[in-house]
Amino acid sequence: MKLIPLILFFCLSFQTSYSGSTEEVKVDVLNFSQLEPLLNQKNDTVYLVNFWATWCAPCVAELPAIKAVEDKYRNQKFKVLLVSLDMPGQVKSRLIPFLLSRKITSKVVLLDDPRQNVWIDKVDPNWSGELPFTVIYGKNFRESHSQTFDFKTLDLIVKQKLNLP
Amino acid sequence: MKKFVSSLFVLLIATVTVFAAGYSIGDKAIDFKLKNVDNKIVSLSQFSDAKGFVVVFTCNGCPYAQAYQDRLVELDKKYKPKGYPVIAINPNDPALAPADSFDKMISVAKAEGFTFPYLLDETQEVYRTYGATKTPHVYVLQKKGPDLVVQYIGAIDDNYQDATKVIAPYLASALDALIAGQLPETKTTKAIGCGIKDKNKK
Repeated sequence: MKLIPLILFFCLSFQTSYSGSTEEVKVDVLNFSQLEPLLNQKNDTVYLVNFWATWCAPCVAELPAIKAVEDKYRNQKFKVLLVSLDMPGQVKSRLIPFLLSRKITSKVVLLDDPRQNVWIDKVDPNWSGELPFTVIYGKNFRESHSQTFDFKTLDLIVKQKLNLP
Repeated sequence: MKKFVSSLFVLLIATVTVFAAGYSIGDKAIDFKLKNVDNKIVSLSQFSDAKGFVVVFTCNGCPYAQAYQDRLVELDKKYKPKGYPVIAINPNDPALAPADSFDKMISVAKAEGFTFPYLLDETQEVYRTYGATKTPHVYVLQKKGPDLVVQYIGAIDDNYQDATKVIAPYLASALDALIAGQLPETKTTKAIGCGIKDKNKK
């Protein structure tokens, strides 16, 4: 009987983790109440939260720019969170293989919450729900972008937010 | 100087057009002339018996749009006889979204058994005027004399993943209210969708 929690643990971890050949990718599936704290962290780090999906072509097109900016400011107080809106049933079959093949190492969570009419406004009242959508926030600022970023544009914003020369 | 002022004016107009927020509830919507999947031109003025329209910006390739294809057919079957036919419009530039080409629209309309027009917004003027930002994005218009008044903007319902788990059928409720001679209780809603592919927009 003691084995049951252990078995349960393995089942759950297999649901969300996938062992690739060289690395392990883990994607937590969250509802909005679980995601909300990650959109409102109060410290001196600059956070970039990008809402995307593997099937959204303009979202996929900007991932390399986000990755490059994340790499550039790796030693700064800067963190990236990719919030996937892929179908919850496709984490193992589609999302994780995608992350592995694109070598995406940013933190990724999947938002599974059908109450979109409620939570979209909580992310940003000006957001109508189109993807991609990016929130950049820190201690004293918060801004949203409904556009596909290229490296130069995103780099400029992040550099300015980090108060770097 | 006169030339400068007039070019400034043109610039101002252009800027206003680019950043126009689109329609709000109570606005008068434009009619349009767009090509249907049967190669005929469709405009709202052709539907003389209609009391209004469910104008839905949707497309072939977006999974959220796909998730609602069956539901749009059901809604059209139910509300067309009550005076509110569905008019679907693909706002995407096929050069940027090959899955949304006119030929593929024809295949999708056939495969999904669309009972309503499926139009291509070739110049993308219609979606910009309406202010649609994503697919699917719904506008309910009600005829009032010569005007088409916007009475509901937003989502079809509150669960794209599973039609059987819908708690709030926003669009159907808005239509039921209008048919009963009332105004929709919920006039605007939000849902996730695919951004509209437009090369003039980054």
